[in-house]
Amino acid sequence: MNFDHTEDRRMLSDMLKRFVAEQYAFAVRDRIARSPEGYSAEFWQRYAELGAIGALFAEADGGLGGTGFDIAVVFEALGRGLVVEPFLDALMAGDAIAAAGSASQKQALEPLLAGGAVIALAHAEPGNGYELARVQTRAVRDGDGWRLDGAKAVVAQAEQAGLFVVSARTAGDDDDAGGISLFLVPAGAAGLHVQGYPLIDGGRAGDLALAGVRLPADALLGQAGAGHAVLERSTGKGLLALCAEALGAMDAARDATLEYLQTRQQFGVPIGRFQALQHRMADVLLEIEQARSAVINAAAQLGHAERAARERALSAAKVTIGRVGTLVAEECIQLHGGIGMTWELPLAHYAKRLVMIDHQLGDEDHHLARFIALAPAQA
Amino acid sequence: MDLHFTAEEEAFRAEVRAFLAAQLPPELARKVRENHRLHKADMQAWHAILNARGWLASHWPQAYGGTGWTAVQKFIFENECALAHAPRIVPFGLSMLGPVLIKYGNEAQKRHWLPRILDGTDWWCQGYSEPGAGSDLASLKTSAMRDGDHYVVNGQKTWTTLGHYANMIFCLVRTRAEGKPQEGISFLLVDMDTPGIEVRPIITLDGEHEVNEVFFSDVRVPAANLVGEENRGWSCAKYLLTYERTNIAGVGLSTAALQQLKAVAARQRKNGRPLAQDPAFAARLARVEIELDNMRITNLRVLAAAAHGGAPGAESSMLKIRGTQIRQEITALQRRAMGVYARPYVAQALEDGYDGPRVGPQGADSAAAQYFNYRKLSIFGGSNEIQKNIISKMILGL
Repeated sequence: MNFDHTEDRRMLSDMLKRFVAEQYAFAVRDRIARSPEGYSAEFWQRYAELGAIGALFAEADGGLGGTGFDIAVVFEALGRGLVVEPFLDALMAGDAIAAAGSASQKQALEPLLAGGAVIALAHAEPGNGYELARVQTRAVRDGDGWRLDGAKAVVAQAEQAGLFVVSARTAGDDDDAGGISLFLVPAGAAGLHVQGYPLIDGGRAGDLALAGVRLPADALLGQAGAGHAVLERSTGKGLLALCAEALGAMDAARDATLEYLQTRQQFGVPIGRFQALQHRMADVLLEIEQARSAVINAAAQLGHAERAARERALSAAKVTIGRVGTLVAEECIQLHGGIGMTWELPLAHYAKRLVMIDHQLGDEDHHLARFIALAPAQA
Repeated sequence: MDLHFTAEEEAFRAEVRAFLAAQLPPELARKVRENHRLHKADMQAWHAILNARGWLASHWPQAYGGTGWTAVQKFIFENECALAHAPRIVPFGLSMLGPVLIKYGNEAQKRHWLPRILDGTDWWCQGYSEPGAGSDLASLKTSAMRDGDHYVVNGQKTWTTLGHYANMIFCLVRTRAEGKPQEGISFLLVDMDTPGIEVRPIITLDGEHEVNEVFFSDVRVPAANLVGEENRGWSCAKYLLTYERTNIAGVGLSTAALQQLKAVAARQRKNGRPLAQDPAFAARLARVEIELDNMRITNLRVLAAAAHGGAPGAESSMLKIRGTQIRQEITALQRRAMGVYARPYVAQALEDGYDGPRVGPQGADSAAAQYFNYRKLSIFGGSNEIQKNIISKMILGL
């Protein structure tokens, strides 16, 4: 039993945290998050040079890591600085390509790892909730190729992405796990319409409308109808990444709030002297440590061969992060009082990100139900 | 990062399991599993079995007859014992007084008292709380006035768990009225048979007799029974309170209780379906399972940090708070699972050998009583609010 990171991971973590703290301070982040592009191509490149994108992928795919703890270390550091560059979708879409792609499809990974490309996973659909197997976008044979019709919701960096990994149903009913296929859809494809918008937690996303998008045969990623397993694997990594990102953001929010309690004076004393506030802060601390344990557990189980063990640990972590992230956000605003309501205070942006993480890849309720459904039968 | 136990630790776990399979009397395990009352003889029997194996004093160094186990070994041992439904080791002599004597006692005290704890000659109870000194323990008033080579003790202790079984009590007493309250306290060992001591039962809300009041009027105690220096007893008290709390979370106990709860939820029916399939109940169950698994990792993290030399301080306060919340929640779900049959309470049915009629489904006889009994968890051992004060001060610096 050992809860220390390897030397390599510790170095990566230290370096990334330092880079984020020194180069990606709040003013820089705020400017990027509100920019028309919604991310910084320059920073994306620099993160790649630091090895932060490569750490998310296995050596066989041109990366430097790819295990649960590699993913956790990177995203925790990103969370501390509220980094808006498109790491999450690089991880998920890149992983899908790495897992299911042909040799020529995998060529998309090289520019991705080099920080020269933006790739997005377009899976969620308007009105379809968080259930991974629910896919209404349809793909039908069209000569040698395919024709896609449907819609995708809140796709990360949809206006900037050069390539989408799109899920579409080639067989089965709307809720069947079988019959889902994955396609590589280039930006600008005829019939693909992008409606972009800013996000409350920074950066941009967009909805995709697919109206008769024609794709060649080699746009199919992996076997037709076998996309669900790939999606579950890639989304699993995304879940871990989001949980780790939240952990980093929680640590930063706690530090900021603690400092405020120690310095803000009311009634002639620092407000941290008041027991009502001390106990709330003690709860926040305790809950964050429980969340840290959940992330460690999920990272350790990510490679577990048994599906139920792996996916339950991921859902358990997302349930924990959903509950604790929201609690930390709400408590930290409350403990700051009025100033916690202002845009100028970085804390408010940590709070927004923490709450919005519960709206990505399934919220607390969704993952609680999933955790229950995945339980081994009681003897 | 590696969440696995080492091969040596796994071998130790196997050894503990084999021992429990061979040595834990099945009727004792059944009593624990079914929440039947344990009596003094039950606890003594289990202590004797552990002592024969040399596994009774897991918090003591080997030189004094302890196991000398690492924190991880202790964690494994307590987990396996809980999963096997072994009775809990009565902590007052073994986990509380023993370590204090080993750190603060003189050679004669160690030689005299420690073996008697191991072989069961003495049953110790704890004289800390008083009617006017609960969370504010340092305000205690029970006095000990020096009179030749004796102290004369007057006052009252309360919440004395299993004091009606005990022949000895370790007490915090006031030996100086002036100065800071903490600087006038001494740590005294008192024979319960001394004239002037009276033990009165306190019946708790579940109707059980577990705790007592202990009254002292002109009780003469040999001065040789002072542990450490006069007026320095607060150090002993604090040491005792913080000592070896890495397993305070009770992960094993909660894991065992959760297993039983799942079995109940599979067995009980609601609207013609197993209770486990009721979405609202399943959600409550899943939440506590997730929280317990998180706490298991948190507990292991604290153990690992302790192995690096960092003595667990305020971290054990976090484990205490969340550990007791989880144990309370599991008993709350046990109570819920019984539905209307949580209410009938036949106190005699918890007695082993009861052959009268039973009311309600399996487990109904103790569910509500246990739930009410476990409200104590967030009150004793430093209330959960006191633990938050400790976290605020020690970790947060507020």
